[in-house]
Amino acid sequence: MDLGPHAGFIVGAYIIATAVVAGLIVWVTADYAAQKRALTELERRGITRRSAESRPLQIKEPA
Amino acid sequence: MALIDLANPTRFAAFVERVLPWLIAATVTAFAVGLWGTYLAPDDYQQGATVKIMFIHVPNAWLSMFVWGVMSAAALGTLVWRHPLADVAAKCAAPLGAAFTFLALVTGSLWGRPMWGTYWVWDARLTSVLVLFIMYLALIALWRTVDDPTRAGRAAAVLTLVGAINLPIIKFSVDWWNTLHQPASVFRIGGPTIDLSMLMPLAVMAIAFTLLFIAIHLAAMRNEILRRRVRSLMLTQAERAA
Repeated sequence: MDLGPHAGFIVGAYIIATAVVAGLIVWVTADYAAQKRALTELERRGITRRSAESRPLQIKEPA
Repeated sequence: MALIDLANPTRFAAFVERVLPWLIAATVTAFAVGLWGTYLAPDDYQQGATVKIMFIHVPNAWLSMFVWGVMSAAALGTLVWRHPLADVAAKCAAPLGAAFTFLALVTGSLWGRPMWGTYWVWDARLTSVLVLFIMYLALIALWRTVDDPTRAGRAAAVLTLVGAINLPIIKFSVDWWNTLHQPASVFRIGGPTIDLSMLMPLAVMAIAFTLLFIAIHLAAMRNEILRRRVRSLMLTQAERAA
């Protein structure tokens, strides 16, 4: 594909757009992982929501 | 699931988990088709190949205003109906709007240099979009300044609605004032002035970027719901410790 004398401007625009979109995807993915990690850590320390605490105990049937 | 059920943050997060893979697939497909159409689109008789910048500049310029429109609707949801997800939606849209506005400005500059002979000119269209970008940054700063999400949400909602005045200024700036920027060529009375061979890939790219916004916005809203849950649990922990 011949982009002519202004190829640098065209390619530059597409590279910057790709970088920004990739940055948004990385940001939202990393943020999700961080929040899940924080929630897991809190639950591990026994800090849960009241709705979770009031849930009836699950008693396993003997094997 | 009824629409009203989505007002519940937990149910909304579960809904996002179900819908997100389909949205991602639709976004990837739309980008593949759009980029293929961009590749096949002919050069402009005046602008040559630089017209290819249009396929990313126009969708981002459109989204820069659309996202503020979404935030304005969310602001009404916060102030009038006190919807539990309204300020979550507004908060998560602001960085995305800033990113799309940034891309509109940068790709516009890169298109302007070979066509106008300059990267930037202080005309009405470019300046009003720069103001929009600054307003996005101000909103993000406001959200980061106030700790309590409810208080921050109300202040941000007021700022968002005041800032919405800029949207018609951006849209009609090319009609009201003499600007270097060309007048509207897609959404105009009398129909688009762009040839179908360029209009079709442009429309597909606009759909692709809009799907991208919806996918990232929903994912960011799910993250914000989790963040508020973490914050609430940490407050509970602090209360127990006191």
